[in-house]
Amino acid sequence: MIVELGHYALILALAVALIQGVVPMLGAQRRDAAFMEVARTGALAQFVLIALSFGSLMYAHATSDFSVANVVANSHSSKPMLYKLAGTWGNHEGSMLLWVLILAIFGAAVAAFGVNLPQALRARVLAVQSWIAIAFYLFIIFTSDPFTRMIPAPLDGAGLNPLLQDPGLAFHPPFLYLGYVGFSMAFSFAIAALIEGRVDAAWARWVRPWTLAAWMFLTVGITLGSWWAYYELGWGGWWFWDPVENASLMPWLAGTALLHSASVVEKRDALKGWTIFLAIVTFGLSLLGTFLVRSGVLTSVHAFAVDPARGIFILGLLVVIIGGSLALFAWRGPALQGGGLFQPISREGALLLNNLLLATAAASVLLGTLYPLMLEAVGGDKVSVGPPFFNAVFIPLMAPLVAAMAVGPLLAWKRADLAAALSRLWLAALATLAAILTVWLVHGLRDLVGIVGMAMAAWLFVGALSELAVRIKLFAVPLSESARRLANLPRAAWGMSLAHAGLAVAIAGMTGAGVWKQESVQLMTPGQTLSFAGYDITLDAVQPVAGPNYEATRGSFTLERDGRKRATMTPEKRFYPVEGRQTTEAAIRTTVSGDIYLVIGDRQGDGGYVTRFYFNPLVVWIWAGAAFMVAGGLLSLSDRRHRIGAPSRKAARAPGVTPIGTAGART
Amino acid sequence: MSRLLFFIPLAIFLVLAGYFWIGLGKDPHEIPSVLIDRPVPEFALPPIEGRERGLASADLRGEVSLLNVFGSWCVACAVEHPFLMEVKADGLVPIHAIDWREKDRTAGPAWLARRGDPYTLIGDDPDSRAAIALGVTGAPETFIIDRNGVIRYKHVGPITPENWETQLWPIVRALQRG
Repeated sequence: MIVELGHYALILALAVALIQGVVPMLGAQRRDAAFMEVARTGALAQFVLIALSFGSLMYAHATSDFSVANVVANSHSSKPMLYKLAGTWGNHEGSMLLWVLILAIFGAAVAAFGVNLPQALRARVLAVQSWIAIAFYLFIIFTSDPFTRMIPAPLDGAGLNPLLQDPGLAFHPPFLYLGYVGFSMAFSFAIAALIEGRVDAAWARWVRPWTLAAWMFLTVGITLGSWWAYYELGWGGWWFWDPVENASLMPWLAGTALLHSASVVEKRDALKGWTIFLAIVTFGLSLLGTFLVRSGVLTSVHAFAVDPARGIFILGLLVVIIGGSLALFAWRGPALQGGGLFQPISREGALLLNNLLLATAAASVLLGTLYPLMLEAVGGDKVSVGPPFFNAVFIPLMAPLVAAMAVGPLLAWKRADLAAALSRLWLAALATLAAILTVWLVHGLRDLVGIVGMAMAAWLFVGALSELAVRIKLFAVPLSESARRLANLPRAAWGMSLAHAGLAVAIAGMTGAGVWKQESVQLMTPGQTLSFAGYDITLDAVQPVAGPNYEATRGSFTLERDGRKRATMTPEKRFYPVEGRQTTEAAIRTTVSGDIYLVIGDRQGDGGYVTRFYFNPLVVWIWAGAAFMVAGGLLSLSDRRHRIGAPSRKAARAPGVTPIGTAGART
Repeated sequence: MSRLLFFIPLAIFLVLAGYFWIGLGKDPHEIPSVLIDRPVPEFALPPIEGRERGLASADLRGEVSLLNVFGSWCVACAVEHPFLMEVKADGLVPIHAIDWREKDRTAGPAWLARRGDPYTLIGDDPDSRAAIALGVTGAPETFIIDRNGVIRYKHVGPITPENWETQLWPIVRALQRG
């Protein structure tokens, strides 16, 4: 009964979405306030209905209702409650329902909190949101219905892929979707602006917090996914340039570019057409991410659905949404030209460079991901484009980006003095030199990537701090004055410095883990000791253990350094009888300087066990850096500028009158 | 002119969509091989350095086996290698190998010495004689060969725990039982 209610609520939501997609749009055209108000009511109604629908599916999973086909296919009564709940979205149908739930949450948020938005803009934005919702409701109802019953009900379910039974992965899709779907806000604002034919500073000020929020969620989602791959797949790696990973990286790169270009629109009224284009592309790539994973066009380690009928539906959806919006852009975009002029050496110039590099990076990831598909389509071989391609393309793009990242914030808007900005980075230059020399002395010249990576990290980290120091006039004025300035800095300024420094920390981590990784595979018998990465690792014993829904072989290792015991580590090899699958549970000991990562394999005939040791230097810095970036985003989002709302449109339409000095001080 | 600029993204997207349309028509799991259900083509490869026996097509009869094409130059082979070690450790099925396109005779043996050797028999194929006969398009590729020396399945790309469980192992097990 509850399940049928959920199904009914979903269909009702479609009906509401149809109304919400048409009436407010007409209202905005005719300036009819009553028609425009339908947008808010509709958005709230959709949220309630979809929440009900999702809740009923979750209820079916929580209570293990095996008369529902979706529960049978993805759950089992012996599964821990956390994974029963996570199982709601751990499958294709449920994850699509989660997608529309998040879309409805964002829509309701605009309806509830967008009180300072002009009514016409709000009506149009919510109508565009509704068009996206309609497409996805139809997709779910016609190709991916999660509420199908299975009569008679089987006694128990088939279980959830054990690889996915993990806290990291339980929360990875929701965050990823919050990011993907969050970019739909920027998209809807862009389409509404194209329909209105107006993009101005006020518009950019409304778009930025939504984009920032989506960007933060996506950062968390990607990081969780990478962390999961690191400790769960048991290969010791944290990024595989797998199509599914690339699918989440592309919108992140485009979204990062969008965040920065929207600030140029807000502050200087320039780059309007480009910003609209980025908003469309970012959401387009988010949809593509969904498409690539769901359609089976590209297969990968964790794609969990293959069905051509769905693929064709999603392709149609992509063509209508992305193709339609790009056509609208081609038609209405040229009217958005104009705005503030600037010299190449200026804050705008630096942000434009950042945009071009990020867009190129996103385009090259897209090319690398789709090249095998294209080659196959024209009758070529099945090929795979691997890490060598991505590393060769990505690192040369990131190096100038990072070099410019430290300089950009020190440049004034409109026209700047590069020499003066560089002279303020003397400490960063010294740190870079120190990093290069240190890596050179320790590892020699052969690890060029290592030298470049560490140099980039040092330059950016110290550069980000230098920028803060310049802002508070550290050592130029009395310390008490600097402290006062520091306390009065807008949170957005703190946010930027923190996010940039976070990226520096993450780059250091990626470089360390990528370049100086050590690994060794061997057969070990209990009692045997091996030296690895400065540790003595002893296999003490191997015993069978039983978990709630698996059986495992557990190895106990003692980790010693300089004769002192440092840790006991217990990697497992698990067997899940319901699903008939094996997984490896690596044992990881994390320190600031690197992770010791142990994996145990099966018994060899003669009593030895296959063991794999990895030393992954600085890997924790990657997650820490990502955490800093998200914290920076949060700080920036809490800036009072976003809370007090945007300036009125009249004032905002003449941004030239804003004194450059004040604009520059409030990035 | 500048108006035309605004049409470029749309044009690029439509071309992409065309490729997706073609891509959808193909089953991503199905790797067509004209050799499926035919006997392994005749070949006899010399051993790699440090081994006594090479690999000939006659060695592939008598028992269900995997034939893995690898090379020390191949990055994806290094990715699947630890898993092949596990398959060997589990003693599930013998894995034979073709060491393909090594520029240097010591490169393959050194690679195996460093990472461990999961292979029962290895043939050295520097000039692609057997690889061409088998229709190998890239490394790694893995063939499942039945007791009669007939190719029953071809897997392109690295073997992962995932595709082993869902694709390769069920076939191997069925052949071993049947």
